[in-house]
Amino acid sequence: MKTFRIGGVHPEENKLSADQPIKVAALPEVAVFPLGQHIGAPAKAVVAKGDKVKVGTMIAEAGGFVSAGIYSSVSGTVQKIDTVIDASGYRKPAIYIKVEGDEWEETIDRSEDLVKAADRPDLTPELIVEKIKNAGLVGMGGACFPVHVKLCPPPGAKAECVIINAVECEPYLTADHRLMLEKADQVLVGVDLIMKAVKVNKGYIGIEENKPDAIKLMTEKAQAYPNIEIVPLKTKYPQGGEKQLIDAVIRRQVPAPPAIPISVGAVVQNVGTAYAVYEAVMKNKPLFERIVTVTGKSLAQPSNFLARMGTPMSQLIEACGGLPSDTGKVIGGGPMMGKALMNIEVPICKGSSGVLIMNDKEAKRGKVSSCIRCAKCVSACPMGLEPFLLATVSAKANWEKAEAEDITSCIECGSCQFTCPSHRPLLDNIRIGKQTVMGIIRARNTK
Amino acid sequence: MNVILIAVIVLGAIGLLASLVLFFASKKFAVHEDPRIGQVSEVLPQANCGGCGFPGCSGFAAACVKAADGGSLEGKLCPVGGQPVMEKVAAILGLEAAAAEPKVAVVRCNGSCQNRPRIVEYDGAISCRVANATGAGETACQFGCLGCGDCVAACKFDAIHMNPETGLPEVDEEKCTACGACSKACPRNIIEIRPKGRVVKGSARRVWVDCVNKDKGPVAMKACNVSCIGCGKCVKVCKFEAITLENNLAYIDPEKCKACGQCVNACNVRHAIHATWEVPVPKPKTEDAPAAAPAAPKAEAAVAEAPKPAAEETPKAEA
Repeated sequence: MKTFRIGGVHPEENKLSADQPIKVAALPEVAVFPLGQHIGAPAKAVVAKGDKVKVGTMIAEAGGFVSAGIYSSVSGTVQKIDTVIDASGYRKPAIYIKVEGDEWEETIDRSEDLVKAADRPDLTPELIVEKIKNAGLVGMGGACFPVHVKLCPPPGAKAECVIINAVECEPYLTADHRLMLEKADQVLVGVDLIMKAVKVNKGYIGIEENKPDAIKLMTEKAQAYPNIEIVPLKTKYPQGGEKQLIDAVIRRQVPAPPAIPISVGAVVQNVGTAYAVYEAVMKNKPLFERIVTVTGKSLAQPSNFLARMGTPMSQLIEACGGLPSDTGKVIGGGPMMGKALMNIEVPICKGSSGVLIMNDKEAKRGKVSSCIRCAKCVSACPMGLEPFLLATVSAKANWEKAEAEDITSCIECGSCQFTCPSHRPLLDNIRIGKQTVMGIIRARNTK
Repeated sequence: MNVILIAVIVLGAIGLLASLVLFFASKKFAVHEDPRIGQVSEVLPQANCGGCGFPGCSGFAAACVKAADGGSLEGKLCPVGGQPVMEKVAAILGLEAAAAEPKVAVVRCNGSCQNRPRIVEYDGAISCRVANATGAGETACQFGCLGCGDCVAACKFDAIHMNPETGLPEVDEEKCTACGACSKACPRNIIEIRPKGRVVKGSARRVWVDCVNKDKGPVAMKACNVSCIGCGKCVKVCKFEAITLENNLAYIDPEKCKACGQCVNACNVRHAIHATWEVPVPKPKTEDAPAAAPAAPKAEAAVAEAPKPAAEETPKAEA
């Protein structure tokens, strides 16, 4: 069975909520929309205090080409434009909307009917990208890169295939798994639309073998789409990394930055994004709700929710039976790449794939001891780097060496730190080094 | 015998030839260095801390010599050696030393364990830089000291230490050379290099706002007992227009500050202004009234720059 060739680890899967159907989460009382929910320039608010909005009304416009608009997920009145503590732990500008009823914009098609690409011959690639842009779509896997940017290859680059990331390699998370089981037809139409948008006629959907039911269902449904191939993959973290997935599915390696996946002819999108593309293009529905897995070993009822953006995480945790008494950490995202939250009132954003509640025992980091030169981190690194070295040079602020050792290639998957028997904070240090070196490179390029 | 003799003669000849080559090379390719650079270098402390802004002591010496050719040593200061060293440098270069005020590092945060309750636990690498990037720290203040001691590690003079009771770094005024290494190491820009201030009764008097929190009043107030909430009382009371209010935070300009201590008394609710000496608290109103009257017009002018926040925040501060 296919998988990527370098490194990787296999953490305990713990897919506790895999058999829980998606539940519609209750509307919040006040929905909060941070203006910076994506990579790129933060959005600019276009509403003011006291304005009435409906579900799907644009409340903030894209702040640049690499940016995305934000749409209200609720109907009600703009309460204030203030700050909110987001997943980073810092206060960021945000729009607060007091919820009144649930009135949707008339342009949104709320019917459940499946619209296939063949039913809409008017859809040109340009129109699809335009619709995606106007729906504020960003990558739903967690990195939140605006989708329309990825669908417009830079001059000189040509897409050859679309790869859909349905591996969900993070332990615990089951949002994509449930989406495939419940919305397989819509996902496939979405993939078809993405393929049309980038003008290719080959699409792959990579699914890890720990989701046999999804592989079976998707393979059946994909019979109708001869250009879409379902690729079962061996379960290994971080297979959901863009570069790892390309290697696993089409056996091509993306060179070091500034090369991007399109340099080897691949456009990678998340399966959640494919579904959002379907809704945006066929149903005129902007991105204002998403599937969120709320899970944890001590949680009474791990669940998958269809939650409106802006819903506080605490409300979803409450719906799963409340915060357990032995909670050690609440993590936004999965256990490998997610971020420990400082505050559970953090609103659900476009990239919130999950809320993980770790108990005391799981949450505790091991005691840090000296590096024993076992090189486990080197074997685990999916980018073929030397994490122990990068961490040391970063801690010593030796940025030249860090750059020479390709620190910018790090995808921050955390495999090194996960595998380290001395519990060394490798990724913590590497991340700082990567940020600093990228800043230095940017400064040099603008000079 | 013959073999030894040949060896000695051959090696001797090679040695002589090589020495001649070296001699001519050293004349031909000699790099002229101003002898004064070496002399200046010798009087510098050789800490190579970079506090002067040049790459090490020899770099600073070269810069001094270049500046001396321009006629003035203005703006050149070795923070480690201070005035005495600069005078020696000036003597070598045949100039007057520019008068420079001695400076010291100042930690602008008083968020001790008591003043600033911990709301979360940080469990990552013990480094302020990492802690700052990972989250907002262990307290609700997103601007204050993280307490991991990057500044302590950066100090080459053993002049800054963490106080385990407060969890904050403390500067040893005697040892601090104001090289600025701690200030650069701090990811939150809390440490500032400020003039030591005028000396009264054997101790230097300086005043600073002991907070860098830019949050709005209510948020800052909740995060820490001694945060600046931007109420603007100090701005009103300062007779020298030394205090400005920006982003809900007061800042005392050390160039204008005369260390009168008025602002310290004005900040009697939050106690966010720190003075290095005991500022006498004014006696009850009756005596104070005439003294305050002449200050009023000037105070109004200062407030005019930032009238809104001052007006809005004042009642909250007293509440």
